[in-house]
Amino acid sequence: MHKRVVITGLGVAAPNGVGIPAFREAIQAGRSGIRHDPQLEALQFSCQISGKPDVPESLQLAYLEPLELRNFNSNGILYGLIAGIDAWKDAQLPVSSGGPDWDSGTIFGAGSAGVDKLREAIYKVDDLQVRRLGSTVVPQTMASGISAWLGGKLGLGNQVTTNSSACTTGAESLLMAYDRIVSGQATRMLAGSTSDSGPYIWGGFDALKVCTFKHNDNPAGGSRPMSATASGFVPGSGAGALLLESLDSALERGVPIYAEVLGGHVNSGGQRGDGTMTAPNSEAVQRCITSALQHAGVNAREIDAINGHLTATGKDALEIENWSVALGRKGKDFPYINALKCMIGHCLSASGSIELVAAVLQLKEDFLFPNINCEDLHPAISAIVDEEKIPRQLLHKELNLIAKASFGFGDVNACIILKKYK
Amino acid sequence: MNKETLIAAIRDIVKPYTKEEEALNNLNENTDFVTDLQINSANLVDIILDVEEKFNIVIDNDSMERMMSVKAAIEIIEAKLAGQ
Repeated sequence: MHKRVVITGLGVAAPNGVGIPAFREAIQAGRSGIRHDPQLEALQFSCQISGKPDVPESLQLAYLEPLELRNFNSNGILYGLIAGIDAWKDAQLPVSSGGPDWDSGTIFGAGSAGVDKLREAIYKVDDLQVRRLGSTVVPQTMASGISAWLGGKLGLGNQVTTNSSACTTGAESLLMAYDRIVSGQATRMLAGSTSDSGPYIWGGFDALKVCTFKHNDNPAGGSRPMSATASGFVPGSGAGALLLESLDSALERGVPIYAEVLGGHVNSGGQRGDGTMTAPNSEAVQRCITSALQHAGVNAREIDAINGHLTATGKDALEIENWSVALGRKGKDFPYINALKCMIGHCLSASGSIELVAAVLQLKEDFLFPNINCEDLHPAISAIVDEEKIPRQLLHKELNLIAKASFGFGDVNACIILKKYK
Repeated sequence: MNKETLIAAIRDIVKPYTKEEEALNNLNENTDFVTDLQINSANLVDIILDVEEKFNIVIDNDSMERMMSVKAAIEIIEAKLAGQ
């Protein structure tokens, strides 16, 4: 009998709410965190709206010391620290000033690290000022920056690393953390992921024409997963974190349990068949979902709700079809489904973690957050799923099992099965 | 620039990098940046950059390596200022 793994702490820095109470309130109210972005407008981006967590300096000082904030220019690390430290404290774990906690580690993903800081450094180097970089460039720009900062803040003595698999990163980090606890190599793992804000992260997507440019005058209506008028994703940023722990440890500590991680699966379509660098191989997506169910020991009929990847590009209908085929369910028999990107945009490497935090809150508190901006459901989607399964209003509903999937560039997939802990 | 003024300037520069209040208040020629002020060795390069900016001098690599104490810092600053 392998170790059971539960979630005992949550933290989030999302465009529509920083901290769990604000985030819960925002997702229940269907509040958008998408705003007009003057910097993107000034830089003549096609898409001039974005999602960024609101992190004033007073809040930064709750996580970083004044010395650490000197020459600090890596917002992804900042978001990750807020989410990670919050999740740790939410799980009632101490921040010891003594020796390392050998049984706790972190797998905290990122798509890139400190791109604003890196830009600053590149300008100095090219200006023959390499000696003036100071001590702050490496810790803010190394790919593992976020896990290294968290490891130091929390005194983690187990594995401290950063994973990276594009928009699958957050879901993957949770499954890697789960594996480490199941195998007995760690008792607690902080799983999460973060994504920088700003034009240097989002520019490449703008150039790929995968971001919407039709809603610059209506930011809150801009991110439209599953809508007939979806025209591309809205770039977002932030971080989410989940403290995973062996059930034995959680019971021994006597702390509240949010949910159980039953299992999951990660795979890749190998960029074969329909799959390319930027498009999913449907066979691989379906296989990822069915393998996750199998690993979790769950029948497709039992899934109550899906937390989709659903970015508001032309691929949403294909994702729905893949879920339908993989689960063997359609119409009124299809599980409830919602897409958090309608409120926060596509937070890229952070998306999986922020969306997992939302899914766990739903499971624990028996609600489904509303899908905003899809009052005009895409006909290819309503042909597969009965409209009542796509709630447009907050729905209070008893939930037992939620499936969460994330898909990413490189034709990579992840699917996680979460269960209410009873 | 007299020694007291220099020491006061150095105290202002290192202040953000140390939590050792007492050693900072008693900062004198014999104060060692690492052993007395417990400054993270990575921050020594930041202190050197702050010294360069404050006194408008450039500190060469050899001088950087030995700038571990207030005494060494004073010697280096005075030498650079005299050389200008």
